[in-house]
Amino acid sequence: MKLIKKVMIYILLGVLCIAILYPVALIPILSIQDSDELIKTTVPMLASSDKFVQIDYLPQYPTLGYFKRLLLFTPEFYTVFRNSILTVGAILLFQILVAAPSAWAFAQFGFKGKRLLFNLYVIFMLMPFQVTMLSQYLVLDNLSLMNTRWAIILPAVFSTFPVFLIYRGFSDIPKDILDSARIDGANEWNVLRYIGLPLGKSGVLACIVLCFLDYWNMVEQPLAFIKDKTLFPLSLYLPMLDMSNADMILAASVITLIPAVFVFVIGQNHLEQGIIAAALKE
Amino acid sequence: MKITKNNLRFLPFLLPGMIGVFLFILLPFSDSVRRSFCTAVKGDYIGLKNYETIFHNEAFALAVKNTLRFTAVCLPILIISSFFIAYFLCRLKYIRLIKSSLLFPLAVPTATLVFIWQVLFGDSGYINGILQNMGCESISFLHSGASFYVLVGSYVWKNLGYTVLLWVTGIMSISTSLTDAAKVDGANERQCLFKIILPNLKPTLYTITILSFLNSLKVFREAYLVAGSYPHESIYLLQHLFNNWFVNMELDKIAAAAVCVFAVIFLGIILLQRLWDREEKSI
Repeated sequence: MKLIKKVMIYILLGVLCIAILYPVALIPILSIQDSDELIKTTVPMLASSDKFVQIDYLPQYPTLGYFKRLLLFTPEFYTVFRNSILTVGAILLFQILVAAPSAWAFAQFGFKGKRLLFNLYVIFMLMPFQVTMLSQYLVLDNLSLMNTRWAIILPAVFSTFPVFLIYRGFSDIPKDILDSARIDGANEWNVLRYIGLPLGKSGVLACIVLCFLDYWNMVEQPLAFIKDKTLFPLSLYLPMLDMSNADMILAASVITLIPAVFVFVIGQNHLEQGIIAAALKE
Repeated sequence: MKITKNNLRFLPFLLPGMIGVFLFILLPFSDSVRRSFCTAVKGDYIGLKNYETIFHNEAFALAVKNTLRFTAVCLPILIISSFFIAYFLCRLKYIRLIKSSLLFPLAVPTATLVFIWQVLFGDSGYINGILQNMGCESISFLHSGASFYVLVGSYVWKNLGYTVLLWVTGIMSISTSLTDAAKVDGANERQCLFKIILPNLKPTLYTITILSFLNSLKVFREAYLVAGSYPHESIYLLQHLFNNWFVNMELDKIAAAAVCVFAVIFLGIILLQRLWDREEKSI
C-alpha cells in the first residue's frame, strides 16, 4: 500500500516536470524542422490566416539550415551575442573582484558600524531595480556613461548581493585555520588569497551561477539605459525580431539558451546552495 | 598605536566596494529622495506636491492596483502549491531529476520564450486550436483580462523550483527525532503536519514571502517582452509605469514613487523580521 502511494507521487511529480519542461522543449524541436513543416506552426500566427497553430513534435526532415543561416549570414547576431558575453563577463569579473574583499572584511573583522553597514547592504540587495533606477540614472548621466556598455556594467558591479553570498561562504570557514596562518606570518591578503578563497569558494561559485543566469536574462537595465540597438544584449534583441522571421528567432533562441543551460547543468549544486544561502537569516 | 592599526586593517578590503556602493547606490538614492520634494526641471522645493500628484494619477492608481492584485493572487498559489510539492518530495529518495526539472525554468532567459508564448497563447495559437476542437470559444490570452492569468502562470512556472527548494530545506531542518517521537506517541500523519511541521516552518514562510514578493516584481520581463510598454490594462504594472515615466523623463514622479516603493518594502521587511524574531524567542 505504501509502495503504491509512493509510485503515485512519483508519477504525479513526473507529469508536473514534463509540463514544466514542455514549453522549453518546443524551442529546439521547432528550430530543426524544415520550412514546409515549420509553416504549419508559424503561418497561423500571422493576422491574415484563419487556421490554428499546429505543432509537429517529431520533425520529419530535421535540418540545421536555420542555424547555418543565422551564424553565417547574420552579422548583427554576432554583435548582439558579443554584447551579451562582454557585458555579463565584465560584470561577473569586476563583481567578484570588488565583492570578495568586502565580504572578507565583513566576515573576518569586527569594526564599529559593521552591523549597520551590513544591514544597509542587505536592504539594498533586496530593493528591486525600479527603486534604484533613478539613482543609477543620476550617476550614469553625471559620468556621461548613458548609452554605453558601462551603464549596465558599473551599477551591477557594485550590487550588494554578491557581497552577501560570498560573505556566507567565508563565514563558514573555521577561524582556527585562518588564525594559524596569521600566526605563521601570512599577511591578510595572502590569508584571503590562499586560504579564504579556496575554502570559501562555494559562495563565489554560487554568486557566479546565480548572477550569470540573472544577467544573461537582463531586461530592465538595458531597456532603461541603452538606446543604441547595436549595444543591446541578446535578452532584449531577440524579442525585437519580426515574427515573420520565425526560423531566425528559433535558431537565435536555441543559441541564447545554450550558455544558460550549460551553466545550469554544471552549476546546479552551487545554484541550489546560493538560493538557500540567500534565504538564510544573517 | 598597534591597536588602532589593527582596527583599521579591514579598510583596504572594504573600501573599494564601499565607495562603489556609496557612489552608485546610497548617495544617488538620497539625492532621489531630495528630488522627490522638488520640481523636475528647476529643482525648487515644493514639499509633498509630487506625492500628491502621483496619488491623484490614474495610471499610478491602476498600476498599484494591478501590482497588488498580482501579488495577492500569485503569492498564495506559489507558496501553497510549492509547499505540497516539497512535502511530498521530502519522502522520496530519487529526487535529483525532479528537482532539476523544477529549477530549470530559472535558467531559461525570458527572451527565448517570447516566441513560444505566441505559439501557445496567441489568438490563433496552439491552445486556442485545442479549445476550438473541443467546441469551446477561443480566448484572447494575450490581449484581454486573461493575460493576467497567463502572467500568473508564467510567474509560478518560473519560481516553483526556487520556492520548493526553500521549503525542502526548511522541512529537512526539522529534526526527525521530533516527528519520530510524535509518531511513537501515536500521532498520525496529519497531526504531525499540523502540530509539528507547519509551526516549525514559520521562519521559512517569512523568508519565502519576502523573496517571492521580490521575484514577483521580475514578471515585468515577461509582461514587457510579450506585450510591450502598454499591455492590456489588467497587467499594466508599477514596473511599466516606472519605465514609461523614465522614457518621458518625468523624474520627479519616479523619485516620489521610488521613495514610496522603498518605504513599503522596507516596512514589510522590518515587519516580517520582527515576527521572525518573536518566533525564535518563543521556540
